[in-house]
Amino acid sequence: MIPEFGHFALILAFGLSIALAILPAVGVYRRDAMLMQTGPSIATGIFVFMAFSFGCLVYSFSQDDFSVAYVANNSNSALPIQYKISAVWGAHEGSFLLWTLIASGWTLAVATFSRGLTFDMKARVLAVLGLLCAGFAAFLLFTSNPFDRNLPFHPADGADLNPLLQDFGLIVHPPMLYMGYVGFAVPFALAIATLTTGRLDAAWARWSRPWTTAAWAFLTVGITLGSWWAYYELGWGGWWFWDAVENASFMPWLVGTALIHSLAASEKRGVFKSWTVLLAISTFSLSLLGAFLVRSGVLTSVHAFAVDPTRGLYILVFLVLVIGGSLTLYAFKASGIKSEAHFEWNSREAMLLINNLLLVVATASVLLGTLYPLLYEVITDGKKISVGPPYFNRVFVPIVCLLFLAMVVSPFSRWRKTSVDILIRQHWPFLLATPVAVCVVTYLVTNGIDMLAIGVETLAVWILVMLVRHWWQSGSINSASKLGMMMGHAGIAVAILGVVVTVTYSEERDVRMSPGDSLVVAGYEFTFEGVQKVRGPNYLADQAEFNVTSNGDFVAKLRPEKRFYSVAQNVMTEADIDPGLFRDVFVALGENVGESAWAVRIHVKPFVRWIWLGGLLVALGGFVTLLDKRYRRVREVVSINAVGSAA
Amino acid sequence: MKFGRMKSHRRNRLLLIVFIVCAAGGATTFALFALNENINLFYSPEQIAQGEAPVGKTIRAGGMVLDNSVNRFGEGLGVSFIISDLKSAQVTVEFEGILPDLFREGQGVIALGQLTDEGVFVAKEVLAKHDENYMPPEVAAALEEAHGPGAVQGAGTGTGTYSGNQGGYE
Repeated sequence: MIPEFGHFALILAFGLSIALAILPAVGVYRRDAMLMQTGPSIATGIFVFMAFSFGCLVYSFSQDDFSVAYVANNSNSALPIQYKISAVWGAHEGSFLLWTLIASGWTLAVATFSRGLTFDMKARVLAVLGLLCAGFAAFLLFTSNPFDRNLPFHPADGADLNPLLQDFGLIVHPPMLYMGYVGFAVPFALAIATLTTGRLDAAWARWSRPWTTAAWAFLTVGITLGSWWAYYELGWGGWWFWDAVENASFMPWLVGTALIHSLAASEKRGVFKSWTVLLAISTFSLSLLGAFLVRSGVLTSVHAFAVDPTRGLYILVFLVLVIGGSLTLYAFKASGIKSEAHFEWNSREAMLLINNLLLVVATASVLLGTLYPLLYEVITDGKKISVGPPYFNRVFVPIVCLLFLAMVVSPFSRWRKTSVDILIRQHWPFLLATPVAVCVVTYLVTNGIDMLAIGVETLAVWILVMLVRHWWQSGSINSASKLGMMMGHAGIAVAILGVVVTVTYSEERDVRMSPGDSLVVAGYEFTFEGVQKVRGPNYLADQAEFNVTSNGDFVAKLRPEKRFYSVAQNVMTEADIDPGLFRDVFVALGENVGESAWAVRIHVKPFVRWIWLGGLLVALGGFVTLLDKRYRRVREVVSINAVGSAA
Repeated sequence: MKFGRMKSHRRNRLLLIVFIVCAAGGATTFALFALNENINLFYSPEQIAQGEAPVGKTIRAGGMVLDNSVNRFGEGLGVSFIISDLKSAQVTVEFEGILPDLFREGQGVIALGQLTDEGVFVAKEVLAKHDENYMPPEVAAALEEAHGPGAVQGAGTGTGTYSGNQGGYE
């Protein structure tokens, strides 16, 4: 009965979502305060039923109810309990249930924490969110019901979760990612609601900022965890592949980054307002596009989900309606929006504009590379191509390097106009000393000069040095916003350092080794001790043992595995890593290549952790800005003003 | 900076437009050039066997790995195997390195590399999907072309599955 309860709760949530889409909107239209106020209670209802529905699926997984088709296809009685729970979002149906649950959660959050909004605005925003929730729930009910039964003949045991997903990464990565994707629905809804009123004021931008930053910070965590997961679990030591689905998560992040910056300018100075609205629409549209790419199977990707054509078609239609509808509204309403302020080329506004342009161009280049295979197939009548990582590296890297250059000076630029004195004269000793120091250190450590690497390292160190100097000068950081901004920028610099050092100075070897063989890579000596059979809860593994030493001193014993999952009949590589702040030692086991010899992959990757530490620091910076007292205080002021102007 | 008697906000706007046009134009040109150099066309075993694929250019080839065709050779990690459309066309692929976990005889794979004058495909990368039931859409299409539509059961864009089609449950 439990799955039927879950299904029924999902239907109720769908019905309530439609009510949320309609009732407050009708209230606005008829100026009926009663109807306008229905929003929060309906939103609570949606969330409660969604949570109940989700809980039912979790329960079915934990009880091994293989009469439910989705459970039978993605779980197994031998699966450890934590993976049974995370298997709920291990495939298409359940992950979209999580997506919809999170959408209802954000809706409830908006309904609860929106004292700053006028009645009228709140009703409009909730109606838009209700419409989105209804769209998501309908998608579940009509194309991807996770509660479908396998009756009357259900299997005795499940087909097991894809071994790749039996990992801590699956437990945390998708929920964080979806918090980000779906969270962008809030600034989207707010932009749409504001467009319908035709009043884009500072209150709108101020109200959007914390929501946008929260969603963006979650997305940052999600992408960072995904990269880390790929590194240790895909087994081959890469941390970013320019895979279509990675790009699908990266594009909303890039545009979202542009959005949080342009919102700052819109709030503080009233500039770029219509541009900001367009960014808010684009960010959420790209999130939906990501969902479409992942779930429709139009692109070849390691992440592609189960698909049938109706699902792809449904999302495509939904996508067209959401993007088409919002852009049409924008076209009609945005012409009335005027920005009042003017600014100089060296002002903070101009810096934010540069940030926005570069981020949007970077996004466009990623979008082009991601969708080009589709375009090409249509244009050439079925010829299939792939766009490789070299394209992305060639185009994306120069654009972001310009962006990093702007990041060096932008944090201490001033609104309206920054004097050249502040911009250059006070800083030139630092600007000059940094490249020299980077050159010297790089030469001492690596005995070589790689100009490209040194250039990018210099950019990163510049950003850090200028942040520290700025901090020093201003004595103390008095607002959470400012602290968060500085942490975010510092995080980017840390991640840049991680990327450039890893890419330039990693040593990677694929070799054939027999027990007793040893090999020196980057000063570490790897001795292959042998392979033994190991039994896990639902797999059998060949476990190799490597002794790693450096100048005769013991460093680590690494035991990479080749696992065979008996139910899923899948082979999985489980790399073993000796992590370190300044270097990772990575060993993965390939296949047995005759007698006792094995193919072995050995990596020594300096600074690779900095990529993810940087990413987490960026996200933490985002969360810190949410603590800014200003948002709470100002919101009260805004609500008073808003009530005043509405009256 | 002075631009004659132009008012400052007009001047700003002009600068902005010039900047945007230059940046957008430059970026587009650059992106298209990079794109042109880095697209890899897909060729089926039949196209390669008939000599339609260019020699010495990076392309992708895909098909089913023939049973008993996988051969390790040499002292290192050299391996060769034959991909086929399961009809007549066969292409020998040579690769130096570690094959992906789901590489197996009888599975669909895609290789990225170059064709030599002798008709051997030298791969620098071999891809197999992370799911045993998945067949790359390109390979599925190539098989359908060789055998007629519907020949490949559970293949192609319809079944990039993490779930479903595991057999016996439906």
